[in-house]
Amino acid sequence: MSTKTVERLDEATVLFAGDSGDGMQLTGSQFTLATAYAMNDLATLPDFPAEIRAPIGTTYGVSGFQLHFGSIDIRTPGDEVDLLIAMNPAALKVNLDRVRAGGTILVNSNTFEKRNFDLAKMDSNPLEDGSLDKYRVIQVELTRLTRETLKGWDLNQKEIDRSKNMFALGLSLWLYSRPIDPARRWLAKKFAKLPLIRDANLELLKKGYHFGETTEQFVTRYEVTPATLPPGRYRAIQGVQALAMGIVAAADKSGLKIMYGSYPITPASDILHALSRYKNHDITTVQAEDEIASIGIAIGASFGGSLGITGTSGPGLALKGEALGLALVLELPLVLINVQRGGPSTGLPTKTEQSDLMQAMYGRNGDAPLPIIAASTPGDCFEVAYEACRIAVKYMTPVLLLSDGYLANGSEPWLIPDPDSLRDFNVNFATKPNHKEDGVPVYWPYLRDEETLARPWAIPGTAGLEHRIGGLEKEDGSGNVSYEADNHELMTKLRAEKVQRIQQEIPPMEIFGDEDADLVIVGWGSTRGAIEAGVTRALNEGHRVASIHLRFINPLPSDLGKVLSKFSRYLVPELNNGQLVKILRDEFLLSFEAMNKIQGRPFGPAEIAARIAKMAS
Amino acid sequence: MSDDESKSKMPSKRKPTLPPGAKPKSPPSRPPVRPGASGKPAGPPGKLPPGKMPPGKRPAGPPGKMPPGKSPAGPPGGDGASGLTRKDFTSDQDVRWCPGCGDYAVLATVQRLMPELGIPREKIVFISGIGCSSRFPYYMNTYGMHSIHGRAPTIVTGLKTSRPDLDIWMITGDGDSLSIGGNHIIHIMRRNVNLQIIMFNNQIYGLTKGQYSPTSEVGKITKSTPFGSIDHPFNPIALVLGAESSFAARTMDRDPKHMKDILRRAHDFKGTGFVEVYQNCNIFNDEAFFEYTEKATKSDRAIFFEHEQPLVYAGGTKGLRLEGFHLEAIDLENGDWGVEDCLKYDETSRELATILARVYWHEELPQPFGVFYREDRATYDDQVNAQVQGVIKKRGKGSLEELLAEGDTWVV
Repeated sequence: MSTKTVERLDEATVLFAGDSGDGMQLTGSQFTLATAYAMNDLATLPDFPAEIRAPIGTTYGVSGFQLHFGSIDIRTPGDEVDLLIAMNPAALKVNLDRVRAGGTILVNSNTFEKRNFDLAKMDSNPLEDGSLDKYRVIQVELTRLTRETLKGWDLNQKEIDRSKNMFALGLSLWLYSRPIDPARRWLAKKFAKLPLIRDANLELLKKGYHFGETTEQFVTRYEVTPATLPPGRYRAIQGVQALAMGIVAAADKSGLKIMYGSYPITPASDILHALSRYKNHDITTVQAEDEIASIGIAIGASFGGSLGITGTSGPGLALKGEALGLALVLELPLVLINVQRGGPSTGLPTKTEQSDLMQAMYGRNGDAPLPIIAASTPGDCFEVAYEACRIAVKYMTPVLLLSDGYLANGSEPWLIPDPDSLRDFNVNFATKPNHKEDGVPVYWPYLRDEETLARPWAIPGTAGLEHRIGGLEKEDGSGNVSYEADNHELMTKLRAEKVQRIQQEIPPMEIFGDEDADLVIVGWGSTRGAIEAGVTRALNEGHRVASIHLRFINPLPSDLGKVLSKFSRYLVPELNNGQLVKILRDEFLLSFEAMNKIQGRPFGPAEIAARIAKMAS
Repeated sequence: MSDDESKSKMPSKRKPTLPPGAKPKSPPSRPPVRPGASGKPAGPPGKLPPGKMPPGKRPAGPPGKMPPGKSPAGPPGGDGASGLTRKDFTSDQDVRWCPGCGDYAVLATVQRLMPELGIPREKIVFISGIGCSSRFPYYMNTYGMHSIHGRAPTIVTGLKTSRPDLDIWMITGDGDSLSIGGNHIIHIMRRNVNLQIIMFNNQIYGLTKGQYSPTSEVGKITKSTPFGSIDHPFNPIALVLGAESSFAARTMDRDPKHMKDILRRAHDFKGTGFVEVYQNCNIFNDEAFFEYTEKATKSDRAIFFEHEQPLVYAGGTKGLRLEGFHLEAIDLENGDWGVEDCLKYDETSRELATILARVYWHEELPQPFGVFYREDRATYDDQVNAQVQGVIKKRGKGSLEELLAEGDTWVV
């Protein structure tokens, strides 16, 4: 009976925004699930304040969830928002600059009143003062409609008002022709023990959906046809989930027990939450008393023959620095996951940044190089976590894995990997003496493997291989304490060379875009989607450009120099004040140009494409 | 300024005072002046500092300063339950402590105790932090790790939790565990990880050459406190009891037999066995505990107490009785009091442990040595592993394939 016209779109970007308590993250993730079912490609960006329940109605209490989806290759959460759903004036104020001119703004008009304007520090009603003239504004009385829907239900006002996000979800699902069943199933499961709340939410979801159908405010409904993704079974995945599952995969393939030590810190805590559920996968989690303890626990576990892993965010990496140096000298396997956030100090705890690269590279006393591996998409976190574990064990070294807030919280459709397709992960504990001293077989803990320079891993409980290790400099081979001058120089060089040898694990670099261009963009970490989408856009606009993306920052790929030599101009976009660019300049003495964004938000393809266009002109 | 200059500027007599407002009540938590440890400055007495031994002048241990009649228990090098001997636990590394250091006595006692415990050598691990005492693992022919300052409790927690089969000894000092590692020591206590902690308390920083430590007395003259330290010291036993310790004991370097008994008890206890060892630093804080450890004063100034035994000392001529919440010394010879008036100690009583632990550098009461407290409760490592096993039992061993495909999926 619908009389609405249907418009087909290639892609769309929707932003849900409201008070921290309005349930915007939940609404966004349910919309995402429905979108995955609609078989669109997608990318999401949750954006929430550091405060848990900031005062209602204020701009600093606004929580947002942005979703970009389409039938085309979606690489970022979107440059500009097509539809903003603003639950109150503050949400509108904070996010208005993200909406494209001509875009749609759906507001809960019941909240547009003097009290909320005052809280958001707005002088006038934006619905009346003409400030929204360049947008299409749809006013929906979400609060009133919610209260009417649940009139007579045995629920208090607070419970009723809290459910209005389900009305908004229903309405937005209708607007973009998304299936409603996934959200229904989720609600039924989530509130199985609270039937009244469950039914109220289901009712509102349905009413919101029907409201779109019947109201005359909407004349158009949108459809986004399925994307052409490689065939296979998919799921939506967040970076943090992928990381946790990569660790489970490492445990499964290596047969090693995993011990994850961590101290709660935003945004890394979600790794601890995820892994603590996986106890039946040989994973033990310890919530330690502080950041230092959490890496100490991992070191102890690795000494005992488990794989110790610790996770943190920026300030925590600073605290773990000394212990990381110990693990480096002990030459024990260990993985340290740093989910980067805005810094310095406490900085912007809930916002994304790539500003810990220098700390990862150089943030330890002494000459203390460590392998650094960075994930580039939410799904890539799985593979990177697995690789970090594998390399840590194969080379007997701590590995620093860099993720960031955007990757951790962002999500995308993920082609579920076949465990059999993962690289081999063998573990060889030392079982017998490896050296002779005066004809007597002895165990030398620092006698290295010729190929990897890894030392052997003899774990307590192995008779005859008793040995002592520690933070004092070790004598090459025997591992005895040594203050000898030449030995220290040798050991320093050996430790550096060992990290360098990891180059043999890095596959040849892939060039994205025009291989014959002059300009190449060099990126690392979570900017991959924005860079490649920006390059695609620039190519479509007729510019000649290519990009390469680094997974390993230390060591750099052995063929990087050769690849760079194909080009003559270099642009290095980073979400920091210029860090990789310094490492590259140091290594290659080429004129790398920095492109920096330090706003706690990821790059959008438009920014990259604009910079390419500017460099071309 | 050279060591000698700094020494010459120190007062020859010192009178340490309590900070303002910290006047001792009755009984005082810690009187300012100690008999037997008169105003001797805590500085290097002209000997070579550690780490600066002339080549070829390796210190031989154990030192010759052992009081007569105090030879360690057990036949020297005698066979133990494991068929191993003390020699099997002695590593090939040169011991680098200063000659005369109390650390030698602890090392010798531990090496003698090991064979008697019946634990296979490869299952034994010694893990330390930083400081003089933390060199200990290098000298034990077992698995070992010399880690970083203050963090040994975290490493042993990770090791024991992942490897409950191992017998783990943590070696630490007063600075290592109570200053830089203070946070970790309290948390390992509440968790009750099943292992032993030997805390060498010499009330001074030795390896950094003589600064006051968190157990140094108020007014201590050191290199970093030329006018006397202001910091109120920790009472280590009271500290760990406050941190939910399940086993807290004190012993001394000069009484190897007592030390061995206490270490054995800590080992036999299931949980975190914390043992404070009074250890003489003859370089920077010589004679700090002599009133308790030396023959002339030991009998009157130290009490060796035991579970379910009356608190008597001075060869049975004196005792301690409970008066309200305090202990008071009673004379068992003048006819007023008998042994039955002495408090019969109960090491399972947290209240008594608290009262006894507070007898600390007391002018009128003897310093207690023995097991202050023992509480049998579940260990952290057991519980963590039981939880893992419980989840496996309930959900079955996890399948990676199923995990990857859990939740909402769709096929393209």
